[in-house]
Parts: sequence; structure tokens; C-alpha cells
Amino acid sequence: MKRPMPEPVQVVKSRRDAVLARLVGGVPYIQFLGIRFDRRGDEVTAVLPFDPKLIGNPALPALHGGVTAAFLEVAAIIELSWVTLWEDMEAGRMDPGAVGSGPLQLPKTIDFTVDYLRAGLPRDAYARARVNRSGRRYASVQVEAWQDNRDRPFALGSVHFLMPDPMDAATR
Amino acid sequence: MTDILKIARQFIEAIPHAAAMGMELADLGDGRATITMPWDARLVGDPETGVLHGGAVSALMDTASGAAVMCHPAAPRSTATLDLRIDYMRPATPGQRVTARAECHHVTRSVAFVRVTATDEDETRPVAMGTGAFTLDRPSGVVA
Repeated sequence: MKRPMPEPVQVVKSRRDAVLARLVGGVPYIQFLGIRFDRRGDEVTAVLPFDPKLIGNPALPALHGGVTAAFLEVAAIIELSWVTLWEDMEAGRMDPGAVGSGPLQLPKTIDFTVDYLRAGLPRDAYARARVNRSGRRYASVQVEAWQDNRDRPFALGSVHFLMPDPMDAATR
Repeated sequence: MTDILKIARQFIEAIPHAAAMGMELADLGDGRATITMPWDARLVGDPETGVLHGGAVSALMDTASGAAVMCHPAAPRSTATLDLRIDYMRPATPGQRVTARAECHHVTRSVAFVRVTATDEDETRPVAMGTGAFTLDRPSGVVA
């Protein structure tokens, strides 16, 4: 009995990176804010490099509250999509030829609550999201953002999503 | 009144992010603010349909809410968002201007409460509605 050889690590990595890039790359607003995503295994961290156009209070200066909200929402959407795609991606059920072509359907935000804990500083910000519940139609995601100290988040978010309709995707 | 309008216009125009997104102050006074934003390809969340990203609408609603607090008769020196909850009712129609109308309906000594609605050119059906709590930094020596 011989077990099949595991896939070479570079093949696995490039497939995961391609799927993540496809999720993120198709959204102009993510590019507008300059958000990138760092990936380690299945753990994805959203990174918002500081830019002067993100300032909402020039006197402090502090990040715009809307930027913070948008950053949390983007991190939550990408995490939810990523978790949803993970199993199919790892099992090789995603058509490799389709990776990198055409946008994927993203979940739609139903409602979104942001808790602003402290002012966003004029520095890079990071966010990680956790899917608390993901059903066929609805999902609930929590997300937190921090800057210099991981243990001192500057904003927390709680987001409910409507999942993309698989029937809708099948007919596209 | 004109002083408050002038101060608030300056407040909005001095916000780099509001300028980057093309926000314009349409109306303001007595704890109410209306800010509009043209549709912009850079702010799209779904390239298939051209619908604006929810985050862009959130940023507009947050700005209008802050402006509503700043022009409240309590005349705060500054404000910051404590909490904002937004319900997204429908996608904003691609190509249409989005307008956020915010009302600071109650203030305490240190907190301002705001309701905000976003519409596109069909003003009968809101795109999103929100409620927020904001910090209120009153001028020194003034007691509520």
C-alpha cells in the first residue's frame, strides 16, 4: 500500500494565493483604500497601510471613522468568502483553470455594527475576522482591528451577511 | 448661523478622506447635515454590477453623522464616533449620486445620538439607515 505523494508545497501555496488574489483583486474599493491581505495557511490578516487620504480628523490626526468601518467590513467579507471557499479549494474541486479569471460572488452585507474603541492613529492598521456562524443563507462574522499592539484593538465590528446564492452562480 | 455653516463647511473640506471620496456638503444646520457623493468607479464593490461598496456608503454616513453633531446648537468643539450601526436595505443604483442625511436628535453632556439615512436618486427607498453614538466635547465652561 502506497499513499499518494502530497502535493509540493509551492503548488499548494500558489493555488491558495491565487484564490485569495482573485477574491480581493476584483474589488475597486479595496484597491482605493490600499488594503492588502497577508496569508499564513488559512489565517488571513487584512493590512491597511497608512496613507494621508485616509485621515478623517487632521487636527489629531486620526483615521476617518468611515475608513475604519470600511476596513473592518472588507476584512469580514474576505474572511467569510475565504472560509467558504477553503474546503473546495483544498479538495481540488475548484477548477484550477477558473482561478484568476472572472470575479467570484461575494456575500452581501445585511447590517454592520462598529465599536470605536480609540482613535485610529496615522499608522498601518491590521484586521482579522472570525466567522461565528455560516449557514446556507446567512452568516455572522466578528472582526477586530489593531495598530501597534495586537492586544489593544482600536475598533471591533460585528457583521451579518447574506450568502451568495449558489443557483445564481451556476447560471452565470 | 452662517458662522456655524462656515465652520462646518471648513470642517468637511479639511477632511482628507472626505475630499478623496468626492463628498460635498449640501445642507447643514441645527443638528442636521446632508452630504452627497457622486458615483465613482474607484468606490465600486461589485465590478459586475458597478454597485458601490458598502464601506463607501458607511464612510459617507459617518461623515454626515459627525457633521450633524458638529452643527448641533450645543456647539461642540470636536466629536468622534463611539458606535455606528448600519442596515443595508438595497444596493445603491450604479451611476447615481448617494446622499446621506443625518440628524443629531439628542445630546447629553458628553454623548450625541444620531440617526442617518442614505438614498440614491430614488429618495423614496433608502439604500441604508444607521444609528450612531458620538463623543461630544463641549466648549469649556459650558454646562448642559
